[in-house]
Amino acid sequence: MPPFTRARRMPGLLASFIHIDAAVDAIRALRAKGFRKLVVYSPAPNHELEEALNHRVSPVRLFTLIGGLTGCAAGFGMTIWMSYDWPVVVGGKPIASIPPYVVIAFELTILLGALSTVAAVALFSVLMGKRGVAYDPRFSDDQVGIFVPADAEQLASVETLLRNSGAVEVRHEAA
Amino acid sequence: MATIVSHSPAPVEEGHPTLTHGEVTRDVVATLGPATRGYVLLLLGAVSLFLIGIATFTILLKDGLGHAGYNPPIFWSVYITTFVFWVGIGHAGTLISAILFLFRSPWRTAVYRSTEAMTVFAVMTAGLFPIIHIGRQWVFYWLLPYPNQRYLWPNFKSPLIWDVFAISTYLTVSTTFLVFGLLPDVAAVRDKVSGWRKTIYTWSSVGWRGTDNQWRHYSRAYLYLAALATPLVLSVHSVVSWDFASSIVPGWHGTIFAPYFVAGAIYSGIGMVLTLIIPLRRALRIEHLITEYHFDNLAKLTLLTRSILLYAYAMEYFVAWYSGNIFEQTTFFRRAFGPQWWAGWTMIICNAFVSQLLWFRKIRRNVTSLFVISIFINIGMWFERYVIIVSSLSNDYVPWAWGILNPTWADWGILAGSFGWFGMWFLLFAKNFPIVAIQEIKEMIPMPRRRGGHH
Repeated sequence: MPPFTRARRMPGLLASFIHIDAAVDAIRALRAKGFRKLVVYSPAPNHELEEALNHRVSPVRLFTLIGGLTGCAAGFGMTIWMSYDWPVVVGGKPIASIPPYVVIAFELTILLGALSTVAAVALFSVLMGKRGVAYDPRFSDDQVGIFVPADAEQLASVETLLRNSGAVEVRHEAA
Repeated sequence: MATIVSHSPAPVEEGHPTLTHGEVTRDVVATLGPATRGYVLLLLGAVSLFLIGIATFTILLKDGLGHAGYNPPIFWSVYITTFVFWVGIGHAGTLISAILFLFRSPWRTAVYRSTEAMTVFAVMTAGLFPIIHIGRQWVFYWLLPYPNQRYLWPNFKSPLIWDVFAISTYLTVSTTFLVFGLLPDVAAVRDKVSGWRKTIYTWSSVGWRGTDNQWRHYSRAYLYLAALATPLVLSVHSVVSWDFASSIVPGWHGTIFAPYFVAGAIYSGIGMVLTLIIPLRRALRIEHLITEYHFDNLAKLTLLTRSILLYAYAMEYFVAWYSGNIFEQTTFFRRAFGPQWWAGWTMIICNAFVSQLLWFRKIRRNVTSLFVISIFINIGMWFERYVIIVSSLSNDYVPWAWGILNPTWADWGILAGSFGWFGMWFLLFAKNFPIVAIQEIKEMIPMPRRRGGHH
């Protein structure tokens, strides 16, 4: 995020991995030791990392559903209400004629469904994302990064664990 | 470093995912480097065409639509033809980015970004045409349902209002889909460039860092966006076809119109994809990312949609004959042998005969011949819309009301301007944003393993 407000930097260790299996080993070992608030960076989504992290399914699908249903209701509601607000008989059809209004309702279902999906990602990924976590430009290129929030007495043991799993670099991030 | 093995066997034998992650970033970021002379010339050409369009439009705005070749009974002509043409172009992009994503076709990753950009810019171009066509352009907002002085609302039973909703939804959703897919790639570019460009890409990437949580929401959302875009793309050209089919003009009033238009749209769109990316991949030096393998697949898709289209052509003539309806029969007879026979035959020759060459594997894998065929597809599909719209209107129910359209400089000026406007945006996009999806190609390439082999 461009720095609107300078977030307080989180202390911990930032490890880089070239090998995906090494990163997966490190995540499993850290989670076994009780480190659950890891931040894992990767250049592309990766199933092995997902399995190791074992997250719940993203809640954006709920937003897609709510957005789509809202769009559908708005489409029918708007067309029917507007037809009766100024009733004109067109082509001998009923004032509110449902079949043609399906088109409007359908388009608005898609429109609001898509926009609320993106809004949900903005909410969960950007606005509610953790601030002040260390990052390295190589994580968008070809390396996997793991940030482990840790306090002073844990640093040594976590570093050993990361290096044993195959980290190519471990960086200390002070607060 | 361990050997790199792909999950999907097909693209490996064709070459490209033998690259490493780092090489993918490097090669795609390299396309954003300083512009070559060829690129600048293309951009200048596009801008000049666009200026021709602007000049023509200025005259139309000042004097009115009388300069265009409207002539009773033909009041839908070149502008509506070109509108349908550009909306159709957009459809191939959504097919490749959304429908092939749901079908898990891995070859789409190399071409989907360029086709999706094509979709957005084609729909942006198409959207101008109804506004140019209505004559009093400054009151185009009357099409929208807004509270006005007399509390009048639009007629939602009219296909033209459906079109307003369909096209504006399509433009919004495909732009959203494009920008959303760009997000991780913009972040990858951000981490490679420096100076003022870094500042711009940093702001554009809105804090994307590729964390586990971001990917988790992103992948889900991408799936749902694809699932929403799929029915949308089918609906948009169906709605466009109903602009015609829900009237009673002979030649328009057919139930076959929706699938006929959707197939034609995808066919024409892939033609335009080929026209665009064959020169582009050479100009940007990404021949190893977009290979003959991808062109082969695109050409096969063209063959499929073209076959559906030819079936629709045949059915139109069959139904006209079988209906026993003299007006319908006359319209179709005059399409082939009437005063505008040349338009009808251009469409048939380009779409039914020239594209037959794609049955040959050698031609599908030869970029030069594909490029030439793609130009014929573009011409053929523009004429298809011209034939459907203009030749149907030119022979109405009563022969004394028949007329011929003679397009004028005002028609051609706007048509040329639309190509310039579209080309300008596409070229600017290709130089400023990754035209090949970095992140999706990386997803296909397994990361190196310490223990070697694959899981």
